[in-house]
Amino acid sequence: MTYLPNIIFAILLVAGVGFFVRNIKKIIRNIKLGKSVNRSDNSKARWKNMALIALGQSKMVKRPVAGILHILVYAGFIIINIEVIEIIIDGIFGTHRILSFAGSLYNFLIGAFEILAFLVFISVVIFWIRRMVLQIPRFWNKEMTSWPKNDALNILYFEMVLMSLFLLMNASDYSLQQLGVSHYINAGSFPVSQFIAAWLPQDIHTLELLERGAWWTHIIGIFIFLNYLYYSKHLHILLAFPNTYFANLNPKGQFNNLESVTNEVKLMMDPDADPYAAPADDAPEPEKFGASDVFDLNWVQLLNAYTCTECGRCTSVCPANITGKELSPRAIMMKTRDRLEEVGRNIDTNKEFKPDEKQLLNDYIAPEELWACTSCNACVEECPVNIDPLSIILDMRRYLVMEQSVAPQELNMMMTNIENNAAPWQYNQMDRLNWKDE
Amino acid sequence: MDVPTMAEMMAQGKQPEVLFWVGCAGSFDDRAKKISKAFVKLLQKANVDFAVLGTEESCTGDPAKRAGNEFLFQMQAMTNIEVLNAYEVKKIVTACPHCFNTLKNEYPELGGNYKVMHHTEFLKSLLDEGRLTIEGGAFKGKRITFHDPCYLGRANSIYEAPRDLIKKLDVALVEMKRCKINALCCGAGGAQMFKDSEKGDKEIFVERTEEALERSPDIIATGCPFCNTMMTDGVKNKEKENSIKVLDIAELIANAEDL
Repeated sequence: MTYLPNIIFAILLVAGVGFFVRNIKKIIRNIKLGKSVNRSDNSKARWKNMALIALGQSKMVKRPVAGILHILVYAGFIIINIEVIEIIIDGIFGTHRILSFAGSLYNFLIGAFEILAFLVFISVVIFWIRRMVLQIPRFWNKEMTSWPKNDALNILYFEMVLMSLFLLMNASDYSLQQLGVSHYINAGSFPVSQFIAAWLPQDIHTLELLERGAWWTHIIGIFIFLNYLYYSKHLHILLAFPNTYFANLNPKGQFNNLESVTNEVKLMMDPDADPYAAPADDAPEPEKFGASDVFDLNWVQLLNAYTCTECGRCTSVCPANITGKELSPRAIMMKTRDRLEEVGRNIDTNKEFKPDEKQLLNDYIAPEELWACTSCNACVEECPVNIDPLSIILDMRRYLVMEQSVAPQELNMMMTNIENNAAPWQYNQMDRLNWKDE
Repeated sequence: MDVPTMAEMMAQGKQPEVLFWVGCAGSFDDRAKKISKAFVKLLQKANVDFAVLGTEESCTGDPAKRAGNEFLFQMQAMTNIEVLNAYEVKKIVTACPHCFNTLKNEYPELGGNYKVMHHTEFLKSLLDEGRLTIEGGAFKGKRITFHDPCYLGRANSIYEAPRDLIKKLDVALVEMKRCKINALCCGAGGAQMFKDSEKGDKEIFVERTEEALERSPDIIATGCPFCNTMMTDGVKNKEKENSIKVLDIAELIANAEDL
């Protein structure tokens, strides 16, 4: 029976990690539903982007208050996870503070974890106040109701609870060390939790219960949080890294040229081409132009959708959104993810995608949103992890125009003018140089 | 005004230093034509050997591409590239950031490789080479704010060339709250110039003009014919057209010296 806790721990560990890996595989499968796009070039610039933007948080501090608080939480998350290694080893082998042989280094680390945990707790409380008390507008746009709102709060509560448990665990451990209980070797330094310890009862049995209770709920909480990621916008803690690595490196104004169109235009302009030629029997199905569903987007755009943590900086700088239009770049990303997850569940149930009479266009994203975009790139510039909502908007416009011919009437007139007289307005091309004599 | 065409140049067996890509707005829009003329005056003053395509120029396809019509864009692009390559054009300058962006970034993949410069970059280079001098003249001491065109700024990271030119005019350059990389769009990009805006509670150009007016400028400077239209409309909307001028940087420099 003495090994029962070790066995339970091992089962929880395997289940927690196993379930997480299973879900990550689903995410990878869903992202691979996207079309191919080559982002293997210029790996030096890509690593640099990842180091500066994801690891270095360089775009976060553009808004200093949120940025600095975020860095504290982020540093806390990464550094305190070193302690999780010890917790896992202790859990499996039934040891206690196995790494304490490191002596003063160990003491320093535990002390640092405590201070970070305290700072994380404070930062998260401030985040909560910004969201719920100050009600900063970007947290209250209309796409931030129901699940997105609860998701954001869940994450904050999770972190508050985990940090509290960590400190409570240390506080009771510290008290037990002070009382000279043999199992609780003298190790660690407790700059924060010693103050909590002063409030704890000095009864060995109660303290042991508290210490074990906090230890177990803390690590189980971490396993739960790990598995919560898959269902949450919080995935950005992992996906920010590949997302910044694979982000577009070209000038922001450069939109891709559709290769399928290039081939057709070349054929049309080729004087030797036979205008009546039928396609060869083995010719592949002509490619669909633009995007009406997630399958038509490329895998980086789908990765973008999973990476978005719904901070709303994009929407807060979008000229269309600022002036009350329906468009919100954040909502474009959220809707793309919602549809992608729906497709994923469809595949889970039916082994392969079974047509469901739905698509990203109209069922999720309305043309009115797409036509409000000025392509100004403010959203792309603003995103702290280099998400590109504009590329999705453009691909969907392409579908509306080239597959459905449903551009707003004035745009159709503009395009007709370009076709007929090589200018977006109705002027004769022969009058192009008249200005010099006016 | 003496504006040679590439065809005339070729007939004389000459190759100009640079092609001035006028663009549709610069060719047909009454307001933007003044910008074209101002820029030509500066080219002439600096003795730049330039030419235009004239009736052989056609829309770059930018508004079609941004509207989603990739077919029309590529048709335009390939037609233009044939013309440009036939004249063996090496260097292009344009006063329209939309033409600039498309020619610079989207034409190379389709076979059109040129050195493309926005007119503010080009004027800056003339200044640096000592071919052009800029003096304050009429604008000395005025408050000028510069509205960054999205396709010049965020799209192509050009923020300093227009500002360097403005500073040469002995004026007070005042920045809007949202400027440079954070600049707010005028509302015309992405083919919005050619349509009414979607339903909302404000026009983007009004929002942007209000921001400019907060700095109480005498002049709102732009580097884009579409931004110019939007900001001019904004100033009219605020009934300030008698006290605040909206001018392109080429006009500022040309007018300062009364060219």
